[in-house]
Amino acid sequence: MQERLDVRMARPVAPSRPQPSDELAARRALRAQVALLEHRLAAAVAASFPEGGVETAVPVACGPRVLTLGELERLRDALAGRVADAQRVIALREDRRERARVQLERMLLAPGDHRFVRITQRELGEGGCGAWHVRPRLGIIGMLMGWWHVKLSSGCPLAT
Amino acid sequence: MSGEPAPDPQLEPGEVAGELAAEFPDLHCTSVVVGLSRGRRDPGIAERLAVLADRFRGRRAVELRREPVPAAYRVFFRHVGLDPESRRTPIEEAAIVRLVEGGYRQGTVLDDALLLALLETGVPVTALDAARIEGVPGLRLTARGERLGGSAMPAGRIVFADARRPLAELFGQVAADAAPGRATTHLRLVAVQIPGVPAIHVEEALWTCQEALTLA
Repeated sequence: MQERLDVRMARPVAPSRPQPSDELAARRALRAQVALLEHRLAAAVAASFPEGGVETAVPVACGPRVLTLGELERLRDALAGRVADAQRVIALREDRRERARVQLERMLLAPGDHRFVRITQRELGEGGCGAWHVRPRLGIIGMLMGWWHVKLSSGCPLAT
Repeated sequence: MSGEPAPDPQLEPGEVAGELAAEFPDLHCTSVVVGLSRGRRDPGIAERLAVLADRFRGRRAVELRREPVPAAYRVFFRHVGLDPESRRTPIEEAAIVRLVEGGYRQGTVLDDALLLALLETGVPVTALDAARIEGVPGLRLTARGERLGGSAMPAGRIVFADARRPLAELFGQVAADAAPGRATTHLRLVAVQIPGVPAIHVEEALWTCQEALTLA
């Protein structure tokens, strides 16, 4: 009896075909992942406004239908790629803004060390068209005397 | 405009075919029959559309995709193989039209009623000619060789269908032989409840549309 058991256990087991219910469960799990990724992508788009630069399109063959397991996997992977790219773009942008904010702090503390340096509101991640600019007081006199200050230019240029 | 409140419409659930229901258990189809009034246009509808148009600014159009109902539509579009960037969800399409054109142009009474329902609830409503439909429309997948109006349809497309034939592609084109026309006296308004959208939104969309058509 023991011998027969051993033989039976040693026999290679053919991989079982996925049952319809297994596939259904897998598709549902993939749809949940797609939903999560879509929410993250939407959050990334909102965070990147107004600069944009976040790619969200995932081209697919048109027409509403029930996607197969393979199609859902490809969609999930493509969306995951888009989310990763978007997060990279946002992180780089935030890094640049942080550097600009530090630079502005330094300009405000020691304008004379940052002559004619200009930082726009956009570089700081703020709205509007203003710019922080280190300029001499009283023009040429200020340049000769070393009187420097930071000016914030106001508003957007008028439309022509 | 009679001034009397419109009676509550009788909402009828449509069947979602087995294979679709198995994949999307929270997918439902609801419809209602409404008489199409040929009376004068109610100016209140245009005013409501103007107020709703004012809600859409650039920032709102971007944030829209994070609001619960529009977000659910984006997810469902992905789930059924539509890219919401190339084929926009109905509410996002309406937001883009508002931004590009600065407002909503007056359409037919039916167009305005459908737009009003969409803007109020985020749920798109499809209008069909009730006289050209057999029974209550539901959702199913197309079979091989089926046609939508005059056009051949690939098998496996999700469509609104009556007992006889496909009537409209989901979020897409309505068959010419089921679309409302000049001779239409009664409309069958159909809305789909997708996963993540509460039933109350769908009912509200149908009621809003029915009310706008009744007031006209």
